[in-house]
Amino acid sequence: MSQESVAYLTPTSRRQRAVSALHRLWQDKVAFFAAVFLLIVIFSTLAAPWISPHDPAVGKIGNRLKPPAWMEGGDPNYLLGTDQQGRDVLSRIIWGGRVSLTVGFVVVGLAGAFGTLVGLISGYFGRWVDLLIMRIVDVQSSFPGLLVALTFVMVLGPGQWNLIAALTFNGWMIHARMARSQVLSMRETTMVESARAIGCTTSQTLFGHILPNIISPLITTYVLEMAHMIGAEATMSFLGYGIQPPQASWGLMIGEGRVYITNAWWLVTFPGLAVALTILSLNLVGNWVRTEFDPLHRSRH
Amino acid sequence: MALNELVRVEHLVKYFPAGGGFLGKPRAFVHAVDDVSFTIIRGETFGLVGESGCGKTTTGRLILRLLDPTSGKVIYDGQDILRLDGNAMRHMRRKMQLIFQDAFSSFDPRKKVFDIVAEPLRVHGLASGSQLRERVAELLVTVGLEPRHGEEYPHELSSGQKQCVGIARAISLNPEFIVADEPISAVDVSVRAQVLNLMKDLQEKLGLTYLFISHDMSVIRYLSDRVGVMYVGKLVEYAPKSELFKNPIHPYSKALLAAVPVEDPDQRREREILEGDVPSPVNPPNGCRFHTRCKFASPVCSEEEPPLLDRGGGHFVACHSF
Amino acid sequence: MLRYVFTRLIYTVVVILGVSLLVFVITHVIGNPVNVMLPLQASEEERAQLKHQLGLDKPLSTQLKEFLAGMVRLDFGKSWWQQEPALQLALRRVPATFQLVIMAFTVAALISIPLGIIAAYRPGSIIDRFLTTTSLVGVCLPSFWVGLLLVITFAVKLGWFATSGYGTYRHIVLPVVTLAILPAGHMAQIMRFSMLDQLNQQYVTTARAKGLDEATVVFKHALKNAATAVLTMGGMDLGRMLAGETAAVEMVYAWPGFGSLILETIARQDFPLLQASVFVVAVIICLINLAVDLSYGLFDPRIRY
Repeated sequence: MSQESVAYLTPTSRRQRAVSALHRLWQDKVAFFAAVFLLIVIFSTLAAPWISPHDPAVGKIGNRLKPPAWMEGGDPNYLLGTDQQGRDVLSRIIWGGRVSLTVGFVVVGLAGAFGTLVGLISGYFGRWVDLLIMRIVDVQSSFPGLLVALTFVMVLGPGQWNLIAALTFNGWMIHARMARSQVLSMRETTMVESARAIGCTTSQTLFGHILPNIISPLITTYVLEMAHMIGAEATMSFLGYGIQPPQASWGLMIGEGRVYITNAWWLVTFPGLAVALTILSLNLVGNWVRTEFDPLHRSRH
Repeated sequence: MALNELVRVEHLVKYFPAGGGFLGKPRAFVHAVDDVSFTIIRGETFGLVGESGCGKTTTGRLILRLLDPTSGKVIYDGQDILRLDGNAMRHMRRKMQLIFQDAFSSFDPRKKVFDIVAEPLRVHGLASGSQLRERVAELLVTVGLEPRHGEEYPHELSSGQKQCVGIARAISLNPEFIVADEPISAVDVSVRAQVLNLMKDLQEKLGLTYLFISHDMSVIRYLSDRVGVMYVGKLVEYAPKSELFKNPIHPYSKALLAAVPVEDPDQRREREILEGDVPSPVNPPNGCRFHTRCKFASPVCSEEEPPLLDRGGGHFVACHSF
Repeated sequence: MLRYVFTRLIYTVVVILGVSLLVFVITHVIGNPVNVMLPLQASEEERAQLKHQLGLDKPLSTQLKEFLAGMVRLDFGKSWWQQEPALQLALRRVPATFQLVIMAFTVAALISIPLGIIAAYRPGSIIDRFLTTTSLVGVCLPSFWVGLLLVITFAVKLGWFATSGYGTYRHIVLPVVTLAILPAGHMAQIMRFSMLDQLNQQYVTTARAKGLDEATVVFKHALKNAATAVLTMGGMDLGRMLAGETAAVEMVYAWPGFGSLILETIARQDFPLLQASVFVVAVIICLINLAVDLSYGLFDPRIRY
């Protein structure tokens, strides 16, 4: 372990470290704005009931398909226009973000916890346990996720929780791979040997010593997978197998707006922009987290 | 003698797979420890000496069952520890501890010194709350540190202090037996003697038995009561310290001793420089493993493995020539 | 080499069998297609009759036996939706997707690989920064959304291409561009990263010190070593896309490919067709993986089978 990485792992003061990390974030302008954008998205979805200008589920049919406010025929009350039922697009994006972010967050929470646990076990115990688990991971991840998720939803029926189940089933493997590779590099260290020498149980060694020391690189994967899962949710909802009306989600809005692309471009453009920017921001922040946690990487680039 | 014996090692063998072939089936094995037997007597310091890669560290790990041997037995205080199940073995670990060569790398870098020393007590549920704080403070004082060091992170300590923390942790459970694996080679030269003296004091105070592993003959001489010499996975000679240093029999031991500087410059010994390289433990030579470098080698040495025989007075040697 | 291919093929058969069995169990134990195929007000009698027609009233073990016996003969039964053998129906839709994906991949590789090399050769330059940004954006954009934006711009507003359908170049350009974005982004990222890595290696310095000309260093030495990483990434993308991950984009352009067949299969709960599709997907994925593994040997002489 290089001096630098040791100095990183061993906080002289957690506050000092946090301050210098924020300073580096400020210097990396792109990552900084991505983080700010994400904070805005998270805040607005949390505060949806108070900040959304209209009811996302109710519209006046007389207001249907109004273009964005700055265009000819636009209504200043409806900043981003209205949809085929006269519902406010902006309000639906804010509420839809709530669903999209929840799905992403819950899926990464479940898949991350399960995958990390499986990866820890696989890497620590090795031998046939590892062989078996990694075979399952290989087979499952070589299969197209979309087909698996569709089959799942076909059988269980569409809806938010079934979608979460399907995406979790699809998403745990990468966390298992990551955790395993980290454990492999940790397993033979003196630190782990010394934990065994003083009589730690296997779970004390795994969760008390190994996991806290490998969690940093795993966090990067959690962030990047969040982006991935928000994209998957959008695709499934767009196809009609994810979030169901009258709930709103970004993907579902694009799916519903598809019929009107010849005369109402804003119906697909704005929710899509929300998805794309959120995914992009998560990727930028994820990459920043990666360099932040890996001093070697930081000095190289 | 059987009454006083604390550890008995019988025909201990450890092969490590070298290079995975198809489906992880290894093509070759490193013969790290190959049929090693000896005993350690309660209260003594048994020094194990040899070049790096000779299997001395592996032997120490096998005795503590941090590695599982390929075959052979480790009897600790009359109990075959290889037969203990997980729980019983964890309980047994309270009696046997390890001091690491590089103490720092054996610590969780995220933990403070206090938590590092306290961990064994917590793991075994031996102390908590104020009792734990008192015990840890006492341990830190015992190894020559101050209780305030508990609030520091290990990387903030000097190399000698780090090893002292390692020792404090090793003795926290009041063990009977400690394997010390090159405990001073990562310590600054200026404080090595201090650490050695600390270990000597603790032995007296706590009635410890040491297996002291080192490549350094002068350190072994300073601390040990009896000494074993290892060469490419084999124990080639073991005897009481004074006997071995006065009268080494195996040509390899002789060569090792000849390399040790002596205090009295007039007392020059014959210089012996070993020719050739240490053979690979993946493919050790037949017969006596030393025959490729031994100037006394005869045809029998390359065919038959010499048995480890008592030459009287507890002096065991494995050599055909003497 | 032959032995390697042989063991891989056996492994492939095991995987395909396992996946098919899994799908069979999921669909037959949990699924209930009769509810989807009949209107809500259908009587119990009608339901029972349909069940009998589809063979779903037989005991599960009999159904499984029949399924396995059929699979050995590559016979997955008749599609419930279109009364014809399911495998034929599935295979008939594969070429349209292949056409799209192969073209998209060619475009992606032609653009991204040279750019990735140039970017790695001059890290920090304008080209590098442009490529790093666009490739990241490219892999972040949901492809179906890009498809819709392209339709709005180039088909609806400008009228250059058809909004959807199959046939002439007016139909194929937009879906190819849409599908090329993701693999182009991935390959550019990987190409740049692994080239950068290779160019910093000792052997490149040695080659330069020997006086080899720069083109030889970059193309013969570094590129050859970096190609493996690109191949892995590209192979993964290619396999997934050929195996129906293109569904959303095919839906946008009403492209009559394998992806849209899968969507129809799911919508109609057509079990035989689903089984046949899963089989086709598994075969495609395994073949691509095998091809990628074997082609490593072309770039890296250290790899032996």
